[in-house]
Amino acid sequence: MISDITIGQYYKENSIVHRLDPRAKIILTVMFIAMIFMCKNFLSLALMIVFVIFSVILSKVPVVMFLRSLKPILPIVIFTAILNVLYIGGENIIFEWKFIKITSDGILTAVFMAVRIICLIVASSILTYTTVPTMLTDAIEKLLSPLKLFHISVHSLAMMMTLALRFIPTLIEEIEKITNAQKARGADLESGKLLERIKAIIPIIIPLFVSSFKKADDLAFAMSCRCYTGGDGRTRMKQMKMKASDFVSLLIFALGIAGVVLLNIYFGAVI
Amino acid sequence: MSNFVLETRNLTHVYSKGTTSQVDAIRDVCLQIKKGELVGIIGHTGSGKSTLIQHFNGLLKGSSGLVMLDGKDIWEDKKNIRDVRFRVGICFQYPEYQLFEETVYKDIAFGPKNMKLSDEEIDKRIKEVISFVGLDESYLDKSPFDLSGGEKRRVAIAGVMAMEPEVLILDEPCAGLDPKGRETVLSLIKSYQKNTGSTVLVVSHSMEDISKIATKVLVMNESRLAYYDTVDGVFRHAEELRSMGLNIPQLTQLFLKLKEKGYDVNTDIYTLEKAADEIMKLVKGGAEK
Repeated sequence: MISDITIGQYYKENSIVHRLDPRAKIILTVMFIAMIFMCKNFLSLALMIVFVIFSVILSKVPVVMFLRSLKPILPIVIFTAILNVLYIGGENIIFEWKFIKITSDGILTAVFMAVRIICLIVASSILTYTTVPTMLTDAIEKLLSPLKLFHISVHSLAMMMTLALRFIPTLIEEIEKITNAQKARGADLESGKLLERIKAIIPIIIPLFVSSFKKADDLAFAMSCRCYTGGDGRTRMKQMKMKASDFVSLLIFALGIAGVVLLNIYFGAVI
Repeated sequence: MSNFVLETRNLTHVYSKGTTSQVDAIRDVCLQIKKGELVGIIGHTGSGKSTLIQHFNGLLKGSSGLVMLDGKDIWEDKKNIRDVRFRVGICFQYPEYQLFEETVYKDIAFGPKNMKLSDEEIDKRIKEVISFVGLDESYLDKSPFDLSGGEKRRVAIAGVMAMEPEVLILDEPCAGLDPKGRETVLSLIKSYQKNTGSTVLVVSHSMEDISKIATKVLVMNESRLAYYDTVDGVFRHAEELRSMGLNIPQLTQLFLKLKEKGYDVNTDIYTLEKAADEIMKLVKGGAEK
């Protein structure tokens, strides 16, 4: 299960999406999310889905990869859908039995929510699949740089994110090692009641924490040995440059949002 | 009952089968280990040593082939795999990273507790094992995180020994220790095997370490079992070992060179005593070419 985690996974390919400026891609993702939550009827929803499908095709990332990142979210999608169906009230009652009341509004909300969550995951997966994590954090640093005016150390935030992403695979490996060691000592991780299972995690969590702190210490030491003093005065070997394709894609997405808004106005909202 | 405590038949393990990154970690390994043997497992990095030992207690299951403990397939009944883990104890590389309890006492007790032993029995075993690894009982109340590297290592090994497994497997028990620490751990392993009569398997990079304590040597090369023989028997293949990228003990290298130069000497020499005898023989014999 632990190896299913796809956060920060990069899929190597040379597509238009891969070549976009990471800053543009982050802004595009934000626009995507806005678009996803603005759709209020089936036509605008359809327009948004068209955008999702086209982005997936252009990214050249195999559909299997997206399905893989959707897999762990599926229970959440189903759960929210069921909750929406059961709890949203309305006039048009389709089915009623004792305390259970299902309305057409409820079903509509459930469908919209499910589609939105799925699209949300796919959209953000496109970003992480097509952008190297370090590029991503560099872009975040650049985009957040206006915050420097408020004396927020944007560079440190970005560095923390880079390091956190960098250490995900290392920690996964570490967990596997420790789990094996404790299993060899007869630790039972697969059976037992909920409380017993939670207790069974302790022999894994504690060594993991201890070694993580040690790693952090070593890393900080190694960084200061290489004269790292923070972001001030740091220059980059590779400068990011916005190209024509970046502006064009931003324009297309802006038009997309406008389209969603117009469709919402002309055809009215269903939810 | 079988003559062999541990046996594998055509054991093969393939990682990520069917994908482009498919790797045969071990291929067709057949071996039979007698009870009470101290086996040194050597091989180049990536030769499949670590994968092999994880099959012995069922942490990994072979893609094909069998692992037999006392003549019985360990995967015969999946539910019994925990019992197999109590009978085959593995102490992994850098075992100090598995310590987690507040006190050394509790940490050593983790394994025996999982075995559902009585408190008195656990207490007895802990006291035995802590003095066995050369630490006194005052250590039992200390936090394992306050100990030195070598002490932590010994506590972690004690944690596995306290389960009194029939087969004890140690993966690179000397890695990262200073010469004195290495010496201590090696003699500890040897005396454990002598005192308890258990079978012990030690994975190591160092031929020198292995030749000091092992009764048998198992050589892994490119996922396959290259040799399983006595120490002498394996060192007789010095040339082949070298081509596998393994360092033979310096003493053996010296005698091989002497032989090359035309001196009449045995080349299966790896301890100082034997070397001295051989040299004396040579000197007395007038060093004839």
